[in-house]
Amino acid sequence: MSSFSSCQSVREARRVAIFGGTHGNELSGVTLVHLWMKNGTEIQRRGVETRPFITNPRAVEKCSRYVDTDLNRAFTPENLSAPADGQLPYEVLRAQEINRMFGPKGSPDAYDVIFDLHNTTSNMGCTLILESSKDHFNLQMINYIQKALAPASCLVLLNEHPLLKYSTARSVAKHPVGLEVGPQPQGVLRSNIFESMREILKHALDFIELFNEGVEFPPCSVPVFRVSERVDYPRDANGNIMAMVHPNLQDCDWEPLNPGDPMFQTFDGKTIRYQGSGTIYPTFINEAAYYEKQQAFVATRRETLSANAVRKA
Amino acid sequence: MANMPVERLPRLSRVAVCGGTHGNELSGVYLVRELLKVKKKKKKEEEDEDGGAMSVLLVLSNPRAMQQCLRYIDTDLNRCFTHACLIGPTLDKTPYEMRRARELNAMLGPKGSAGAMDLICDLHNTTANMGLSLITYSDHDWICMHIFRHLQRQIPDTPVRYIHYDVTSKESYSLDSVGKHGFGMTMEVGPQPHGVVRSNIYTTMKSGVQYMLDWVHFFNSGVIFDGGFMDVFTVVKHIDYPRDGETHNITAAIHPQLQDRDFCLLRPGDPLFQTFSGETLRYTGSEPLYPFFINESAYYEKGIALCLARKRRVKIPSLITIWPSKYIHNG
Repeated sequence: MSSFSSCQSVREARRVAIFGGTHGNELSGVTLVHLWMKNGTEIQRRGVETRPFITNPRAVEKCSRYVDTDLNRAFTPENLSAPADGQLPYEVLRAQEINRMFGPKGSPDAYDVIFDLHNTTSNMGCTLILESSKDHFNLQMINYIQKALAPASCLVLLNEHPLLKYSTARSVAKHPVGLEVGPQPQGVLRSNIFESMREILKHALDFIELFNEGVEFPPCSVPVFRVSERVDYPRDANGNIMAMVHPNLQDCDWEPLNPGDPMFQTFDGKTIRYQGSGTIYPTFINEAAYYEKQQAFVATRRETLSANAVRKA
Repeated sequence: MANMPVERLPRLSRVAVCGGTHGNELSGVYLVRELLKVKKKKKKEEEDEDGGAMSVLLVLSNPRAMQQCLRYIDTDLNRCFTHACLIGPTLDKTPYEMRRARELNAMLGPKGSAGAMDLICDLHNTTANMGLSLITYSDHDWICMHIFRHLQRQIPDTPVRYIHYDVTSKESYSLDSVGKHGFGMTMEVGPQPHGVVRSNIYTTMKSGVQYMLDWVHFFNSGVIFDGGFMDVFTVVKHIDYPRDGETHNITAAIHPQLQDRDFCLLRPGDPLFQTFSGETLRYTGSEPLYPFFINESAYYEKGIALCLARKRRVKIPSLITIWPSKYIHNG
């Protein structure tokens, strides 16, 4: 750590939102936000306004991922600027409303930080999702969270891929952070998963409080898994899946998949192997919601990001 | 086993295997699709040399729900098979699943009549850690109970259990109850999230179905199955989550010490739920019971956090099929 590396000045994080129910059947976030809307003591910190918010109440009511379209893909520039009329899907109207309340996206009035709470059926453990490798505030916060949770692990997924990144609800904020905890079936609340998510947020809010008080966080390294490609299930001519995630790969999120390793198993028992050129680290393996998005798993590569020192401006 | 009573039952010539009764329980969906594919490829029917053909009808019960990967469209299909539901009038406003239940009843039944399937096996998944569970309405259905024992022996590395719902034939509500004599079983395999197909769970179900069909084949061929003893879990009651009086939202989750511990004895005083403020709520029943369907996602809306059963040892007779008289040798 060079003592000459510059310390980045970042504006205070005064306004923080916690989104739950962006997918209505991912229950840890729904439950936490409902809890905190009733009694927000646990999420209060000096110098921070922390606002818990249910982003997709109709989907929460139905306990479904979405009503018309996936809210967490709906925050595109086209959608946000579309004229609001009766023809727009529910989630697009909702995205516009959320953009008004917590944005506008890209403007100085936008919320400083948004935590978006998600669950996955994949065996990903505690995962933090970043959209930019250059957000040093976020990198420092993640480093703080990881150190606070140790020896329990919390891994980082970086989705900066020009084609695979998508317009999330949290992208309305200056510093968007996705929390993804699994494995948990949709529509189920598991106590251990719930408590893990709660603990991540506790440390995240502690970091923000310290940061706002003027603490300087020295340069650090943050190991990440960078999204490199999406791998679909083998499908037949009618688009039906022809094979399942192989038992050797199932539940092995974040573990290396080498060329020649088993990847899928057909319904009559044959093995299909990974034919890529190098080792990848699959994640989001067998996520229920991704069957319709043509994704059996996401391939990632390991990388280490350097975070500059940060201090409030 | 010379003194064991021998039960004689007619051959099972018509068997139905159903998947997709809940459209998001994917093992059954993909298994039935695969079996249909295999059947199509086969040139001729499998014939039993001695006893005549067993025909297997493969059914995808709720195609519209499968299409959308939902449990159901209007109402739970697997609750539409009570006598009252089946005989009602079909009107414009009749829910999709009610209509479909009547169609299935015509195809596989009519329920309880001489024309019904000899055996129906309905395939399901659960988010609960239940291994392979056979669920029936009887604790003296010797066919299903012998099939259970066969599965238990053939699939030693998966826990296999027999669950009995003590419900009359008229009130029985699920698809498997449509069979003749009420012979039917639900084959429930878990844990698996809905909307996901896990290869290990699929393989278990595939084995379960295969061994079941093998057993039927042996039975039809005149094999005698020795009686003995087996454990039966008879359902006693269920417990709902604690809920907020106003919103009806749940206020606690299944306790971490109970989560995934299906069929592990729950004693009075054992932890049941953990509230969101960290308090432990305990089981206050007076009788130790066996929990199952612990944290099944589809049961939140039915007000069920877990089901409870009594376990008892049941004696089952030896079993052989009734041979048509022309096959019985003299002397």
